[in-house]
Amino acid sequence: MITAIVALAILAVIFGLALGYAAVRFKVEGDPLVEKIDAILPQTQCGQCTYPGCRPYAEAIAKGEADINQCPPGGETTIIALADLLGRDPKPLNPEHGEEKAKRVAVIDEQVCIGCTLCIQACPVDAILGAAKQMHTVIEDECTGCDLCLPPCPVDCIDMVEIKSTTDTWTWDFPGNLPENLASLANRVNPAASNDDKTSSPLEETSSKKTGTEA
Amino acid sequence: MKLNTPTSPHIHADISIRKMMSRVLIALVPAVITYTWFFGWGLLINMGIGIATALVCEFLMLKARKRPVHQFITDGSVLVTAALLAFCIPPLAPWWLMVIGVSFSVIVAKHLYGGLGYNPFNPAMVGYVMLLISFPKDMTVWLPPFILSELNFSFLDTLSAIFMGAFPLGFTLDALTAVTFLDLIKTQLNIDVTVAETKNTHAIFGDFGGIGWEWIGNWIFLGGVWLIYKKVISWHIPVAVLGSMFTIALIFYLKDPDHYASPMFHVFSGAAMLGAFFIATDPVSAATTTMGRVIYGIGIGILTYVIRVWGGYPDGIAFAVLLMNLAAPTIDYYTQPRVYGHKRNEP
Amino acid sequence: MMRRLFNFSGGVRLREHKRESTVSPVTRAQIPEKIILPLHQHIGTPARPVVNVGDRVLKGQIIAKAGNNVSAPIHASTSGTITAIEDCAIPHPSGLPAPCIIIETDGRDEAVSHYGQSRDYHSLTAEQLRDEIKQAGIVGLGGAGFPSYLKLENKDHKITTLILNGVECEPYITCDQMLMRNHAIDIVNGLKIMQQALEIDHCIIAIENNKPKELELMQEAIYEAEADHIELVQVPTVYPAGGEKQLIQMLTGKEVPSQGLPMDIGIVCHNVGTAYAVTRAIEHNEPLISRYITVAGSVAKAKVLEVLIGTPVSHLIEECGGNRKTLSRVIMGGPMMGFALHDDEVPVVKTTNCILVNSVISDVPLPSRSNAAMPCIRCGACAEACPANLLPQQLYWYARAKDFDKVQDYNLFDCIECGCCDYVCPSQIPLVQYYRYAKSTIWQQEKEKVLSDISRQRHEFHNLRIEREKKEREQRHKQKRKAVAKTSSQDDKKAAIQAAMERVRKKRDQEHVQPKNIDDLTEQQRKLIEEVEARRKNKLEDL
Repeated sequence: MITAIVALAILAVIFGLALGYAAVRFKVEGDPLVEKIDAILPQTQCGQCTYPGCRPYAEAIAKGEADINQCPPGGETTIIALADLLGRDPKPLNPEHGEEKAKRVAVIDEQVCIGCTLCIQACPVDAILGAAKQMHTVIEDECTGCDLCLPPCPVDCIDMVEIKSTTDTWTWDFPGNLPENLASLANRVNPAASNDDKTSSPLEETSSKKTGTEA
Repeated sequence: MKLNTPTSPHIHADISIRKMMSRVLIALVPAVITYTWFFGWGLLINMGIGIATALVCEFLMLKARKRPVHQFITDGSVLVTAALLAFCIPPLAPWWLMVIGVSFSVIVAKHLYGGLGYNPFNPAMVGYVMLLISFPKDMTVWLPPFILSELNFSFLDTLSAIFMGAFPLGFTLDALTAVTFLDLIKTQLNIDVTVAETKNTHAIFGDFGGIGWEWIGNWIFLGGVWLIYKKVISWHIPVAVLGSMFTIALIFYLKDPDHYASPMFHVFSGAAMLGAFFIATDPVSAATTTMGRVIYGIGIGILTYVIRVWGGYPDGIAFAVLLMNLAAPTIDYYTQPRVYGHKRNEP
Repeated sequence: MMRRLFNFSGGVRLREHKRESTVSPVTRAQIPEKIILPLHQHIGTPARPVVNVGDRVLKGQIIAKAGNNVSAPIHASTSGTITAIEDCAIPHPSGLPAPCIIIETDGRDEAVSHYGQSRDYHSLTAEQLRDEIKQAGIVGLGGAGFPSYLKLENKDHKITTLILNGVECEPYITCDQMLMRNHAIDIVNGLKIMQQALEIDHCIIAIENNKPKELELMQEAIYEAEADHIELVQVPTVYPAGGEKQLIQMLTGKEVPSQGLPMDIGIVCHNVGTAYAVTRAIEHNEPLISRYITVAGSVAKAKVLEVLIGTPVSHLIEECGGNRKTLSRVIMGGPMMGFALHDDEVPVVKTTNCILVNSVISDVPLPSRSNAAMPCIRCGACAEACPANLLPQQLYWYARAKDFDKVQDYNLFDCIECGCCDYVCPSQIPLVQYYRYAKSTIWQQEKEKVLSDISRQRHEFHNLRIEREKKEREQRHKQKRKAVAKTSSQDDKKAAIQAAMERVRKKRDQEHVQPKNIDDLTEQQRKLIEEVEARRKNKLEDL
């Protein structure tokens, strides 16, 4: 009886030492999890996930406080990438946090703007150019479409405009999940062809104005 | 003018699942005729029961899973399952055996795993194994060849035997049945009668295997070769199964011909031929890479031999196939071909 | 001729359908009413217009110069007036418009001076040849559209072999075949020019073995040109033998490294059409303004036409006796890799090699997918057919699951989108669609990642800036408090407070900042300013 206890105790010590040694010797150095999660998130800094920015959300996921399906701008691809990284099952976007929309940018209507700087202070990536009582304008390339500038504007002069796809940004549609959906591919008419309802948004106007002379 | 904009390619080979399944059934026809010649109408009746059950179960499951019924019920895959299961069941087995087997195959082994293309195990084999384990007595009452024709069992007699268990002329099933060839070898070897002695004393020995069964094996072989020619199946799995079975049988036969049956016997008896060409080649549950298929086939061949010689059952094809079905995804993972432009062993 | 050929894995044998369009001789397509020239007909950056609306241009005149880096210029295909430089429907699977130059033709087909003038090129250096080829707007006419001058540079003399691709493995397409039939000598001369630009000796011309007539003509042309170093090789008729990677493997046994170029293994591959264009440009001073195109399918007369680049497809369909009213599908390219057009008014571009037409009356030659797709039965036919030795089945499963990491693990980007897997799939699954979807989504995601990294940096800087301003404000307050605390007496404090209040009062009186630029305002502008001021006052009061 005593010998059994002693033998097991010695074995436990040996294995414990072996495991401890292995934990140190074969340790894998890698990025901390938060960095990896943050790299996947879209950096819109919109706050729809209920955290004040993408970094805090990444930290919450790493701690296990937040779920992976709270990011609408990231959409399905972000959820799948996070699921892949964390070894979990992907799940559909939580509708409480919003829905996946096409990428949009903010556009300030210059006729209405009063130069109050409230939107400049609200923008998390400093994409709005302007100063007190001077014209404000959104730098299109830097705008992430987070919508945070809309509430502060006292004259409601900011619109969110969808970015139109060009032949450079266009991607193929997803062919479908179930075999049954694929029947429609046989004689499908591409919806992009029906461009009848052209809205006159400022973004569209810039692309069609082409002068003959060079810049 | 609104033009249709489907995606390339805009032409397609003249092949579909229905065509493939029809060809498999056509390849079975010569074997079915031979079987009926030797063993009576039982097979055809069982096939009829099987096909009817299969279609009914498929219809019910498709409706329950809210899938398009017409598209799937006409693809012919359940017909092949029913036909193969009918081959595995004794010709005078009661009707409910077929019904239970086919329903289990279609409902559990196929649809509960996701339907066509998603079953990890060969449905016919799952059904067969379930029947074998649940109703061992009914599943092992095989007939000797020609006995039904000697007794002038007509078609109606066979029907009444299957559906009502009523045998004419006062015969019972026990009186009719005899051991199959494989079973005979196994039991004789257990009591230390050599193979050669068994061959001489028992009439059911043919040239290669049991009388009747070896002819069925021939026709299945030819049907399988036709399927390979028509590119319905590839040659890797049948060659691997038969080749490995032949090789391992040869090794042991050369070592001790008295206690191990010859490789030709093994290859032509039981469900070896059927398994090699029709069962193991089920695309959904088999391995898919070329090398993977060869390994898969070798596994089945060796396992079948092992179970036949040292295992508890006279024929091991069903278990061998199911065991290798388990291994198929892993085999696929480790046998990926080298992609153009990459070096070997590159990620 | 007796070169040992290697095999490439997979491939499919297709019905060729070449006879229909090769029985009649090649004719020139009629000059259309308008020519639409997209600015982006090649790989690289779009060309930039050098003409204005209203200008009259001549045939062969340069109307758009090459953009930065990898690009090619565009020339007017015939004489006429520029009516517009705007977004117009272009041949693209998306159906989206892109910038084009539109010329209304005058039918006179007047060319620029020196157009068609013969000249001797032997004295030109390799550098000069390349420059001429660039200026002529020549891009890869096999379908890729890569500016050819970039593939004629032999850096460090690493390139040892030049292959001319006359294989044309896709069904229906016969433009290269007819080009070889009619202009074998020009093609060989083009090859010699390319050879001079590359400064190499060894050249191979590859033809499929279903073109015996063309093989003979090319052999004669090689003899006539006294070009013993040019090897003419026949390759078996298997699709996709004409794919660059597969052709190189067949001819040399070498494989182009993944994500690499043939240049990496010392080989350069050009199309016979490109060689012909090079001859026209260098020997005859004609920039790339026309090319051979096959028109086939549900047309009365399938044939190969010599088409001006920018001709609308509808014009060609009519010329070949097709009925535009009963069109159901128009494919630009071959039946395996071509894409369906949304509109038959789109123009033909430099890389167009074939127009296939389907009518509503019959599905010949392009049947719709016969049945709805079935689930994958894991039969492995796709893997057997794949010329790149991929596992299309695995790519399908992971692309469908949108697992873009796994799909790249199975080497998605080595897929050449030839369509062999799709062609043989018994379940009729549109496999190539999944791969195209996965590829374009992954590229888009990579672009978005770059943008999101920049956004992250901006956000971090934004936070930093706020912190910094907060700290500075605190510093200032601390100092001010210190300064105030220094004054000991009550009176001093009172005086400081008084002074502060005076300042505030003065500021409030001066609240109206004098705006600049207020002389000579129109009535409307004055009104606008008043409105803005009123709103501002209201809102500031509300706040």
